Amino acid sequence: MSVVIPYQVEPHPVTGVTSGKLGIWLFLASEVMLFGALFSSYVLLRVGAAVENWPTGVEAGLNVPIGTANTLVLITSSITMVMAWASLKMDNLAAFRRYFGTTIALGLVFLVVKAFEYSDKFGHHIFPATGWPEAGDPSVFYGLYFTLTGLHALHVILGILVNLWLLFFGVALWKTDKERLTGRIEIAGLYWHFVDLVWIFLFPTLYLL
Amino acid sequence: MSDEHSDLGFLRKYVFSTDHKTIGIQYGITALVFLFFGFSLMMMMRWQLAYPGSAIPIIGGLLPDTLVDRGAMLPDFYNQLGAMHGTIMVFMGIVPLAVGAFGNYVVPLQIGAPDMAFPRLNMMSYQAFVIGGIVMLASFFLPGGAASSGWTSYAPLAVTATTGQTFWLIGMIFLIASSLLGALNFIVTILHIRAEGLTFFRLPFFVWSQLVTAFLLLLAFPPLQAAAIFQLMDRLAGTSFFLPSGLVVGGEQIVAAGGGSPLLWQHLFWFLAHPEVYVLILPGMGIIAEVIANNTRKPLWGYRPMVYSLLVLGFLSFGVWAHHMYMTGMGTTMSTFFQITTMIISIPSVIILTCLVISLWGASIRFSVAMLFALAFLPMFGIGGLTGLPLGLAAPDAHLHDTYYVIGHFHYVVAPGTIFAMFAGIYYWYPKATGRTLNVTLGKVHFWLSFIFMNGVFMPMMFEGMAGVSRRLFDPTIYDHGAAVHGLTVMTSWSAWCLAAAQIPFIINFFWSMRKTERAEENPWQATTLEWATPTPPPHGNFTETPVVYRGPYEYSVPGADRDFSPQYVKQEA
Repeated sequence: MSVVIPYQVEPHPVTGVTSGKLGIWLFLASEVMLFGALFSSYVLLRVGAAVENWPTGVEAGLNVPIGTANTLVLITSSITMVMAWASLKMDNLAAFRRYFGTTIALGLVFLVVKAFEYSDKFGHHIFPATGWPEAGDPSVFYGLYFTLTGLHALHVILGILVNLWLLFFGVALWKTDKERLTGRIEIAGLYWHFVDLVWIFLFPTLYLL
Repeated sequence: MSDEHSDLGFLRKYVFSTDHKTIGIQYGITALVFLFFGFSLMMMMRWQLAYPGSAIPIIGGLLPDTLVDRGAMLPDFYNQLGAMHGTIMVFMGIVPLAVGAFGNYVVPLQIGAPDMAFPRLNMMSYQAFVIGGIVMLASFFLPGGAASSGWTSYAPLAVTATTGQTFWLIGMIFLIASSLLGALNFIVTILHIRAEGLTFFRLPFFVWSQLVTAFLLLLAFPPLQAAAIFQLMDRLAGTSFFLPSGLVVGGEQIVAAGGGSPLLWQHLFWFLAHPEVYVLILPGMGIIAEVIANNTRKPLWGYRPMVYSLLVLGFLSFGVWAHHMYMTGMGTTMSTFFQITTMIISIPSVIILTCLVISLWGASIRFSVAMLFALAFLPMFGIGGLTGLPLGLAAPDAHLHDTYYVIGHFHYVVAPGTIFAMFAGIYYWYPKATGRTLNVTLGKVHFWLSFIFMNGVFMPMMFEGMAGVSRRLFDPTIYDHGAAVHGLTVMTSWSAWCLAAAQIPFIINFFWSMRKTERAEENPWQATTLEWATPTPPPHGNFTETPVVYRGPYEYSVPGADRDFSPQYVKQEA
């Protein structure tokens, strides 16, 4: 690659950000449209269902304390993500490794808890296809629950994979181009915060309302 | 720079290339092949429509018994062809050609960039497109065949359809991913990698059109992604997002919990698919603007109003989707809202078209082949646009909905509209990509025959539609009103086959001209924009010296200048 493409490290004078950062913001804009469509579908389906046929999270057997704990896990991981980035800014690679590793670990904790929640549902013979209530004119609550949380979990998995790559391989860039690595961690962080934010909307929508 | 690139192996140079020009050509060739394939599907359908129940000549004997009965097409096969024709033409033909090919090849050159902002992302975008395309094509070989629920895949029909529909959804997810990666790359490239001095209002109109198109792709496709995921869940995990309670299909109760909404699919689908119409037409308008400015030898009339109209079009296109859904019983309040937005969105389109027409005023026009296609684009797109107005109003739509009138209207926009624009672009930029010009005589034969037969295909459809013939009928002659206009159907079919024959001079020209020994000049059309400042064909990294822009994009026939064109990259007229 001999062609030099500008604004990979230094911010563009008009937009004030690097190309990578502009790119991730645009990607997140499209993600907002994706989850926006999913939440809009939730609204449309819920409005279309009879009030007594749409369960609250508790009625549907979702565990609010566990959900709350998992929310805290994700929020904490967002904080450690910022700390990881700040450590690089402060030229402290060891602290970066600690915080970034913690972020990945917390993401895994979230997924494990989610897996237990899923298997609990399956154990009670509740699947995406299950209607609520089972008889009469059921609503698609469980379908939405599994689809939305499943898609969110896929986003978490993708984030963890990217972060693992950065922690073990991408970090080699530290020796040659510190600023560029810091930029990449910031971009990974923006994505991670977005995934966190989606959960912050999903949790009350599915568990509390 | 170019020397290092030529050291790369064959695979890195031509297959897994990160060079925007190679990727553009890959997109272009793949898309042209898909276009031809999609066209072939339609030619088989036209035989069934013109001569219902008779054996398809030549191909009929080659197809398996699951598709044909003694050479005559079976209804299920007809449905597959219809659904896949639409899908292939829109998602695998026109969009990759307009955005993937022309956008990739021309945009970085026109903004003076060495490459796209994210070259590897660009390569991944093409690869996702190819995977999506292969999944779509593979679905023809499934038991039960390809998707057969129309290119719109309306639920619940699509949910209960054969496995082909699952492949359609998976293919769409890849195609959407490809578009998203491409779109964000275009936006960053246009915003960030412009040459020095190339301010926003010095951008060629084509670049503007690609920028707005990229925003539409970026923001309109994800809702279809969501819809495709819901439909996949319905088909594979047994959910009922699009299945109402107690649904009975073919006399049998569907085994599903129910509680879903078939209308939800239509809302999510059209939220993409209306902006998609602008994705199909805006790059075409961009190419036409370039060709018209160059061949009239004067600036575009109303460049700024055209740019503003483009932005308004892009913005409003997100608020008109339910005008495809007047007949669903969604209510008159909704219909009123969407009728108003639909009438408003016609205004910016008319502004752009009017500016292009006025640009011709008082010009000494060079009738190059590209210009002939551009000139034909104007009235053809005009017909396509104006025939859309009755469909945008709920009352006439009640009569015209789902008839051949809709097909005629839409195809006037996309076939003699966008595809003519694509041809104009190919004739215009071919010398840049290959260093050879296309043969003019063959080009003119190609143009006139295409022009005549395009109208022969789509004009009769307007009358068939007004006679009430539904677009989905396997055999329209079973109804009296269909049989009454059967002559028009036959005319359409013959025009379609002749239109295919009319592409032969183009295909010959395309390959034969590449082998010509005589090289084209560096700037054969004496154009002003930056792509003509590079060597021909442009090397890896494009520009031999970093370009600087001194003026607007269309400074033709500047008073006092000694030539009739003043390129953007030349400081002063000598």
